Amino acid sequence: MTLNDLQQTKDAELAARKRIVLRCCLAASCSSSGSKGVKERLEKAVSEAGLQGEVEVRGVGCMKLCCEGPLVAADPANTLYVKVTPDNAAAIIAALRGGKCTLPQADPGSPFFALQEAIVLANCGVIDPERIEAYIAADGYLALHEVLAEMAPKEVVDAIVKSGLRGRGGAGFPTGLKWGTVAKSPGAKKYIICNADEGDPGAFMDRSVLESDPHLVLEGMAIAAYAVGADQGFIYVRAEYPLAISRLQNAIRQAKRVGLLGSGIFESPFNFNVDIRIGAGAFVCGEETALMASVEGKRGTPRPRPPFPAERGLWDCPTLINNVETFANVAPILRRGADWFAGIGTEKSKGTKVFALAGKIRNTGLIEVPMGTPLRRIVEQMGGGAPAGGAIKAVQTGGPSGGCIPAPHLDTPVDYESLTKLGSIMGSGGMIVMDETTRMVDVARFFMEFCMDESCGKCIPCRAGTVQMHQLLEKILARRATARDLAKLEELCDMVRNTSLCGLGQTAPNPVLSTLRFFRNEYEELLQPELHAAPPLTAKA
Amino acid sequence: MTTVLAPPKPQAAVRFASLLAGDKRYKILEAHIKKFQHRQDALIEVLHKAQELFGYLEDDVLRYTAWQLKLPASRVYGVATFYHFFTLKPQGEHTCVVCLGTACYVKGANKILAAVEGRTHIRPGETTPDNKLSLLTARCIGACGIAPAVVYDGTVTPRQTAETTLAQINQWVAP
Repeated sequence: MTLNDLQQTKDAELAARKRIVLRCCLAASCSSSGSKGVKERLEKAVSEAGLQGEVEVRGVGCMKLCCEGPLVAADPANTLYVKVTPDNAAAIIAALRGGKCTLPQADPGSPFFALQEAIVLANCGVIDPERIEAYIAADGYLALHEVLAEMAPKEVVDAIVKSGLRGRGGAGFPTGLKWGTVAKSPGAKKYIICNADEGDPGAFMDRSVLESDPHLVLEGMAIAAYAVGADQGFIYVRAEYPLAISRLQNAIRQAKRVGLLGSGIFESPFNFNVDIRIGAGAFVCGEETALMASVEGKRGTPRPRPPFPAERGLWDCPTLINNVETFANVAPILRRGADWFAGIGTEKSKGTKVFALAGKIRNTGLIEVPMGTPLRRIVEQMGGGAPAGGAIKAVQTGGPSGGCIPAPHLDTPVDYESLTKLGSIMGSGGMIVMDETTRMVDVARFFMEFCMDESCGKCIPCRAGTVQMHQLLEKILARRATARDLAKLEELCDMVRNTSLCGLGQTAPNPVLSTLRFFRNEYEELLQPELHAAPPLTAKA
Repeated sequence: MTTVLAPPKPQAAVRFASLLAGDKRYKILEAHIKKFQHRQDALIEVLHKAQELFGYLEDDVLRYTAWQLKLPASRVYGVATFYHFFTLKPQGEHTCVVCLGTACYVKGANKILAAVEGRTHIRPGETTPDNKLSLLTARCIGACGIAPAVVYDGTVTPRQTAETTLAQINQWVAP
């Protein structure tokens, strides 16, 4: 593969493009609502109408408005049909010929779409994720070529530092700094790992990116490998995402076939191979040291850091671990420049963030907004507020490691620092909206049960602490607890947070602490008066 | 990396040879292990394949995997029991997985689960006595936009209620 070949592929792809494109969402959500049948019937209707020369029916990745699926979009008219059934196919084709159409439609100019800014999701729902040519036609792999032909590894790291990109997996560690550390670590063998173990319940951004634009992630990984001097990469993806796995396998096969992965990429001395590792359902494997143990085929238990993976990671070699969305930002940054990226977002949080909007909200689905967008704009304007006129009570971010942001704080801008200040975290991007019917103590119990089940059992504060906290929450919910129990719970939160080995335990108390901070009355309403002298501490109620 | 100190006992080889001869699935598993060049770090991949072939991980499969990868049986058992995805018990004819992710939960997945439990008298992780249905729960299947979701025999079904779930299950379970 040379730059010339890349250009030729792009030209051929653009030349073959038909006048009208019907994009049919084939991502997991729409698939489960029957979008495959819709696509088949559309193809049949096109050939019956004799329009094969003019109309292309294209299967694409996530078109974002998941609650209204299956979705079909007609270009260039920019019409978006919602809740399409196979029987609607004929009507959609008739509408292409200028007929009147009464099918339900969504407005592509509505705030849900208009307020988005697509960097990571630019190709999502637009290109066919199963064809590398479609990605190349959207300027794919150009950044990799530029990096290999014109930049030294150091310059690539500098560009990422300059862009201000921070890890999208949760903690927000500066990506450039991480790359620089791995690049400087001595060692002949280095590894790249893409963390696609999206374990947070309520998050599906990484799944959507992998299903909709797998080559974007592969290109980002290849650039990272060149920058730090690695030649082997792993993508650790959840077994719960079979479609993402098959699209990744397909993408890797295609990239190898045309020489964009493997040996001597773009006729340079740079080699890079990617293998997929399939997770087996353990939330703790999202933690980087646990993830590495799992890649090595062991029980996914974390180990103390330092040494950090950047120094001693996979098989004791320097290892770079980034999240799917972080890698997906790399190619656009190098293609359009670090300054362009640094111009988006806030002072300390650059670029955009993808969120999975779900829960008690009218428009559920995938959104990408610039950092610093107020939460209110996301849930009220884009999300359309609570369904059936209810009022939003809180927004949960960061999954079991995050917290609940109450309605009075909705004007908070979404960036790493502001969310941390409120006792929550950015997390990987799950955003669950809760309305007045949601009981916050129950939410805290739900997350604590999750952490209790998912605790790997290696360190005692997390293994025993989460069980005790869960019991106390159960007791409060059963109206059997007193103020002493609540005090005990707070004490335990503090202990587990400060003494656990890894992020799972350290953040497990967050949902309790944040609901206690903003909804303490809900806990207190459930407490019973202290009737007797305090029982000895060993007695169980 | 841990390895078995002693070479496999001859009985083991004979024993696994008879397994291989008696069951074609072991042959497929063996081919899969060869594809990974008997690498010990491929353990999780091999267990995935084994579960796909056998439906669950029975003791013989675990022992066979340990023998093929030259790993102690304890290590294979340890990994198989650590990850939720692997099951050491046989599944029923049909499976019903209720997603209990946050989005599904706030939209009433616990009511769906309670309805199924009440109808079948089994708890998550169990199978009905007639071996017709296994009830499972998931931590999140990433279908939050169409919550609450239930997976029937591997098919994700959107926007479920207690009624729709019971209607589906009643087709499988004797009244």
